[in-house]
Amino acid sequence: MSVLPYLLAVFVFLVGLYGIVSSRDLIHLTVCVSVCQSSTYILLLAIGYREHATAPVYGDIPASRKVVDPVVQSLALTDIVVAVAVSALLLAFALRAFEHEGSLDPREMAELKG
Amino acid sequence: MKLPLRLAVFGVGVAGLGFLLVWGVADLPPFGHYAGPYGDIITKLVEPQRHMANAVTAVVFDYRGFDTMGEELILFSAASAVALLLREIRERDTVDVVDAIRSDAIRGLGVLVAAATLLLALYVVSHGFVSPGGGFQGGVVISAAFLFVFLTGEYHAYARLMPTKFAEPLESFGAGAYVALGLIAFGFGLAFLENFLPLGVTGRLRSGGSAALVNWASAFAVAGGFLLIYAEYLEGNMAARYRRSKP
Repeated sequence: MSVLPYLLAVFVFLVGLYGIVSSRDLIHLTVCVSVCQSSTYILLLAIGYREHATAPVYGDIPASRKVVDPVVQSLALTDIVVAVAVSALLLAFALRAFEHEGSLDPREMAELKG
Repeated sequence: MKLPLRLAVFGVGVAGLGFLLVWGVADLPPFGHYAGPYGDIITKLVEPQRHMANAVTAVVFDYRGFDTMGEELILFSAASAVALLLREIRERDTVDVVDAIRSDAIRGLGVLVAAATLLLALYVVSHGFVSPGGGFQGGVVISAAFLFVFLTGEYHAYARLMPTKFAEPLESFGAGAYVALGLIAFGFGLAFLENFLPLGVTGRLRSGGSAALVNWASAFAVAGGFLLIYAEYLEGNMAARYRRSKP
């Protein structure tokens, strides 16, 4: 089962994508975008993981100790913070759309009707 | 497009995309057997070359500092755009909002928790190169400290403590200082954002060289950005509550 974590990332991404396509509510849509983003964290951290390894922080561990990849960790950590700000922006758009159209359903909005 | 048709089109597309993704991850190194060279090179070099104990923060603010600057600017533009979008609908007269919380015990606890959280945040930021932490995460914790004031003291105390006019300069200063630190490196004949200060001793608070300053700049930018987002949402929400409470 050595590919299971990667398949989980693919699954989470596709579930988020399904939510985006079938969404009837802009707030739900924002959550679905976050779900898609979360799949990238699973993928990144799964790639960098190494058996019996510890965190790449050399405060208390000897330099010879096996550690996981710090590069993917740093990508994930900055991305989590940025994702929250992007969600806030999407929700602000949803708020404005509600004020303008009186609804959060994208199917009822002239500009978003697909 | 009707929903069944839309789902049919999506089904075809997602089957293809899913196949490509599964095909792609099938050839990755097995889980737990990371094989990439970059992480190994950095974990070997981070102590002798950069005198930093935390390899993750070293990647964020030193080795890939330019990349983090991009992330920083995404956050900056997102927070500014939230302010731009929500400011129009905001009403100025939120002063009449009645605070719902009247218990002194809860207010007192709020001050204690906010102070403790702020202290924790400063610890997380300042020890970014020593122990798990750093400016990006610490900045979020700084902003969380002010949310405790809102939760326990209600809106007025929060608005007195953290008006938008304080969050905006904080965010701008942080983002500007990040770029400025990159440009200062040019003055030393180095590449953009290259470390130009003495690196200090590994594991000490003063380690990290100029990347420690970049760390603080991003902490200010992240804290300012989040405080700006909170402020815009809370003021909009309070204005709406005020409108509802008035006949």
